[in-house]
Amino acid sequence: MPTKTVSSSETKNIQIINEKGEADGTLVSRFTEDDFRRFFETIILARTFNHRALSLQREGRLGTYASIWGQEASQIGTALAFGEEDWLFPSFRESGVYIARGYPIWMLYRYWAGDERGMQAPPGFNLFPMSVPVGTQVPHATGAAWAMKLKGHRNAAAVYFGDGGSSKGDFHEGLNFAGVFKVPAIFICQNNQWAISVPRSRQTAAKTIAERAFGYGFEGVQVDGNDITAVYKVTKDAIEKARAGGGPTLIECFTYRLDDHTTADDSSRYRSDDEVEYWKEREPLKRLRTYMEGKGWWTKEYEDDLTKKAEERIDSEIRKAEAFEAPDPADIIKYTYGSLTPRQARELKELKWRG
Amino acid sequence: MARLNLVQAINQALAQEMERDKDVIVIGEDVGKDGGVFRVTQGLLDKFGPERVMDTPLSELGIIGSAVGLAAYGMKPVAEIQFMGFTYAGLEQLFSHAARIRSRSRNRFTCPMVVRTPYGIGIKPPELHSESTEGLFCHMPGLKVVVPSNPYSAKGLLTSAIRDPDPVLFLEASRLYRSIKAEVPEEEYTIPLGKASVYQEGNDITVVSWGTMLHRAAEASEDFDCEIIDLQTLRPYDEEAVVKSVKKTGRLVIVYEAARIGGFGAEIAALVAEEAFEYLKAPVVRVAAPDAVIPMARLEDHYMPSPERIRSAFESVMRY
Ligand SMILES: Cc1ncc(C[n+]2csc(CCOP(=O)(O)OP(=O)(O)O)c2C)c(N)n1
Ligand SMILES: [Mg+2]
Repeated sequence: MPTKTVSSSETKNIQIINEKGEADGTLVSRFTEDDFRRFFETIILARTFNHRALSLQREGRLGTYASIWGQEASQIGTALAFGEEDWLFPSFRESGVYIARGYPIWMLYRYWAGDERGMQAPPGFNLFPMSVPVGTQVPHATGAAWAMKLKGHRNAAAVYFGDGGSSKGDFHEGLNFAGVFKVPAIFICQNNQWAISVPRSRQTAAKTIAERAFGYGFEGVQVDGNDITAVYKVTKDAIEKARAGGGPTLIECFTYRLDDHTTADDSSRYRSDDEVEYWKEREPLKRLRTYMEGKGWWTKEYEDDLTKKAEERIDSEIRKAEAFEAPDPADIIKYTYGSLTPRQARELKELKWRG
Repeated sequence: MARLNLVQAINQALAQEMERDKDVIVIGEDVGKDGGVFRVTQGLLDKFGPERVMDTPLSELGIIGSAVGLAAYGMKPVAEIQFMGFTYAGLEQLFSHAARIRSRSRNRFTCPMVVRTPYGIGIKPPELHSESTEGLFCHMPGLKVVVPSNPYSAKGLLTSAIRDPDPVLFLEASRLYRSIKAEVPEEEYTIPLGKASVYQEGNDITVVSWGTMLHRAAEASEDFDCEIIDLQTLRPYDEEAVVKSVKKTGRLVIVYEAARIGGFGAEIAALVAEEAFEYLKAPVVRVAAPDAVIPMARLEDHYMPSPERIRSAFESVMRY
């Protein structure tokens, strides 16, 4: 029996600025000095938020916290590419996505201190509360994008999840629906190489996570997740395609989690310092600095000044978060349904709660 | 005799059962090198190697669903799910397959597997890490549900669970993992599933509880003459022990931390209404969590039944 190839795929990795700060001339030319400053400044702000969150946690002022260090380009580069009309479905590791979208930073601190009100997105912010059960948010973006298509809106929905999240059934089902209904969804995998102590190789025998899109009938790309320009470009391309009716895209941001999984984890139990050092050389800010310095856009004073301003901003956000009134215990019950059930009304009274 | 905490006692039971039966394997997320997020499987990888202690891809459905096939074929999988809230992805496998393969195949296939998972409120963790939905699982015929309240019973019950011919959900109170110690014999032993244990004898009030809340109930019972029953196995549960005690005391307070409506306390209250109605001197009282989603850390203490609420339940039944 003669055989013939009926289907084949190839997966690309996209990079614009390499770890040495050297850029691809054509691709980088679409970014202006302002673009670079925006990237740089947002990363500094997110990093400041992050290191302060880690120290607040150590002081007992926040609960368990998931650091974003090392993944800022993947989070911010994607998030900045969206518009207000787009809907985003982040996971618990995406504080940088919220920050890039302009979400009130003091509210993020509230959330991480164990207060649901931190995720009560103010009007105009179409960001779902961070998803805690891994990967479960994937089909939500499919559904929101489906609604956009049904209503004839020209926006897009995007979901963030990890390399671990790609192993969940939710991933398969979310991507499959998106392919079948050709919805304007963008699936953003933050492949940071680890799911707590489990390495990326234990999540899939496939060479890349990007190539898994092929099985669902749409395109998957891998991007250097520590190169914010490349991340921004592939996201913009995916958004344009989605808006034009071209259907979904899977983006694999190839990056690295430089910190412990969360403040409750000790990564020295399962990974080597050498590996972490290798990735520190490739972290997102370093190459941006080198490239911008070459252009005359970066000086030490510029960064020092930015850092100082970011620290001041974060100081005031933390003050605001901590000055916020304590949550009302009645809130536990009040938001279960659109209106109280008779039982709940009784429980509120019996428990002598305020509200 | 060594004093062990819950983590150590469970770890010892796992190690001894793996020693005893080479078909016993441990699967789950981070159970290998990391030793589990609560370190319950610590040391097992070194002792038994990577073919008996396996980190899986991040998929509770995959873990529980594969355990069905592993068990049917003759392995004895002990699956760790990181938190009870993450068993939900595997519910279809647990409910539609693990729990009923014996019945569907009229005994030809069985599913001797254990799903271990931490449950319950009280450690101020992130969202969904405090679930206490044991009632959901107890509703499923074919599944056994075990909730130890201390290190001694944990070891004996887990040993029984692993040797049991049917699927067992083994709930470990995360709040108790390191907060209580007990004398635990070094040698292996079993505690039969389905049997309650009388934690404290008394005459006025029968208190039925399990897991973390048993300790709260005991704490609240100081000024009362309570007979406290540690249910230990919720499915199948020790109906006889409950009924016998209520016949003696004439009062029943059930203390648990799940949302009240549809919770397991309702089953116990109904049993007593059916079997010991004429012995009751006071209405049955359930002290449980409100009918609402479990809050995050800031409001956690308001949600969890407090010793004061338990005490006021004791007072209310003593008024009769
Ligand atoms: C369904 C589910 N299972 C397990 C967990 C516990 N857990 C939290 S994060 C995590 C690893 C996630 O890895 P990945 O998806 O790669 O995201 P990352 O943490 O690396 O950002 C695990 C196992 C969870 N939150 N949800
Ligand atoms: Mg990861």
